[in-house]
Amino acid sequence: MTLSADPAAILEPETIEEASFLRDTMRAFRRNRMAMVGLAFVVLLVLGAVFAPWISPHDPYRVELDEQLLPMSATYWLGTDNFGRDVLTRILYGARISLVVGIVPSLVSLLIGTVLGILSGYMGGKTDFVVMRLADMMIAFPSLLLAMVVMYTLGANLLNIFLALALVGWASVARVVRSQTLALREKEFIEAARANGTSRAVIMFSHIFPNVVPTLIVLFSLSIPEAIMWESSLSFLGVGVQPPEASWGLLVAKGKEYMFQAPAVAIAPGVAILLTVMAFNFIGDGLRDALDPSMKD
Amino acid sequence: MGADDPILSVRGLRTEFSGDRGDVRVLDDVSFDVGRGKIVGLVGESGSGKSMTALSLMGLVPRPQGNVSASSILLDGRDISKLEPAAMRRIRGRDIAMVFQEPMTSLNPVRKVWEQVGEPLAIHQGLGRSAIRKRVLDMFDLVGIPEPKTRLDAYPHQLSGGLRQRAMIAMGLICEPKLLIADEPTTALDVTTQAQILRLMRDLRDRVGTSIIMITHDLGIIAEMCDEVNVMYAGQMVEQADVFDLFERPSHPYTRGLLASIPRATVARAARRMPSIPGMVPNLAKLPPGCRFAPRCSDAMPQCQRPPDLLPVGVGHSARCWLHSAGAALPEGEMR
Repeated sequence: MTLSADPAAILEPETIEEASFLRDTMRAFRRNRMAMVGLAFVVLLVLGAVFAPWISPHDPYRVELDEQLLPMSATYWLGTDNFGRDVLTRILYGARISLVVGIVPSLVSLLIGTVLGILSGYMGGKTDFVVMRLADMMIAFPSLLLAMVVMYTLGANLLNIFLALALVGWASVARVVRSQTLALREKEFIEAARANGTSRAVIMFSHIFPNVVPTLIVLFSLSIPEAIMWESSLSFLGVGVQPPEASWGLLVAKGKEYMFQAPAVAIAPGVAILLTVMAFNFIGDGLRDALDPSMKD
Repeated sequence: MGADDPILSVRGLRTEFSGDRGDVRVLDDVSFDVGRGKIVGLVGESGSGKSMTALSLMGLVPRPQGNVSASSILLDGRDISKLEPAAMRRIRGRDIAMVFQEPMTSLNPVRKVWEQVGEPLAIHQGLGRSAIRKRVLDMFDLVGIPEPKTRLDAYPHQLSGGLRQRAMIAMGLICEPKLLIADEPTTALDVTTQAQILRLMRDLRDRVGTSIIMITHDLGIIAEMCDEVNVMYAGQMVEQADVFDLFERPSHPYTRGLLASIPRATVARAARRMPSIPGMVPNLAKLPPGCRFAPRCSDAMPQCQRPPDLLPVGVGHSARCWLHSAGAALPEGEMR
């Protein structure tokens, strides 16, 4: 890459004050329309979930047996389910659980996987052996069974769902991060950092980690839908979220029995999952591009 | 310790790698000095051990496969050959710094240039961010980066190869090291940029007084830059001399071969082949029993079955060759 005759045309003159990395990133992110749409959707969803008790038109738990499986109407925008409960209300309440279940365990497994993956890849030797054999065990073991065992022995509540999902999820993150670290540690800039007397901890944190971040963001946006799916599987099998609580997975699972009488009962929460997953993917793509210095010009 | 003592004095440096098929000695009894404020060249073909010498001095040879030992490595009078890795880390970047071959890949693509160039200050002097920024700005000025203020916040991809190599040199010099090791610093650059970088390094030596080890395979760079030259072959020093002496009286057949292989931009009368040394650098695991260069040497004699020693052939000039063991000078006709 060469600079043109007038370098100032490319690099805006700046003072000695540091240009904020965060501000640069935000500016690049705002320019990405799809990412902004995704962000808007997620913000709306979060607001809807937080304020569900105030904005939802009906009680999510009240059973009205003479109003079962009603079609869409002005009163029930998305119809009612087999107990006569408003589907829209249930989706809003379900968003609370599904969002939390999507985000928290993803973050936890990402954190564990990143730390272990970088350690394993950079330190090599015994550390690498121990971490990778642990990861192999996790991946070799049927993860649904593992999650079910956790849920069954510890009891079906939200905290244990987090635990089970993080336990299942960290190993694949660690593998991806390790392989990236293995490639990065051979790079000349790592050797240059070592030639500066940089300690191993600093190299791992401030040289390798920033290079892994784009991958982590993609992994994160992929693992949110996965976690939502995991939660629905567990709920479907009866060890996850317990009725009458609502999560999107549970709503799809229960609603599918009435697919032909009232398709909205199953399809509406399914669409909610689909839109949320897409929104997170757009945000992930936008963030990845915004964090890549070579895309910022 | 007087002002005439060398800044670096290496004695008996030996680096071995253990692998599946036994040990390989990649550096064998390497000894040389770097005088204060001098530029000392290390020349040789690929695989001759020049870069390995640099890594061994820096304590950057990968462990546990690699094993470095030396009878002594005196840096400004202090023996650093037996230091623990942690103590060695405090020397790297502060007392000895290194500039690498590939400016395009030796900067981290996701970090701003000033953060990387200033990193040694954060490590060795514990300076804060604004103090580091100021120092980096000064260094950018010193190494001739135009519009240094606007470059501070640049990312590596926004700089040309020449600017990046200047930034790398700024990083190397930022803690005012006693010794800068430049490992083929201009190989990846085009010819005009090469000349600029070389001039910069010579300037810096004159102005800051840094001693420099210049690793290269380009004898043109040696002629232009260096005060003293060490020629390496197959992990050994084969000739050590003052730069004028080396070019006037190359004493080892390998050195003469290198000098003869410099391409000349003369009009070819016929399609003359470029002269080269026949054969290849020997496999370090299967070295010939005697002189390591003997199989490729046009002057090989029966004695060459035994290993020659590095012996003086003149004032401050020594060569590892049986031709000189009896003190016999080379016939004039053979020099070319």
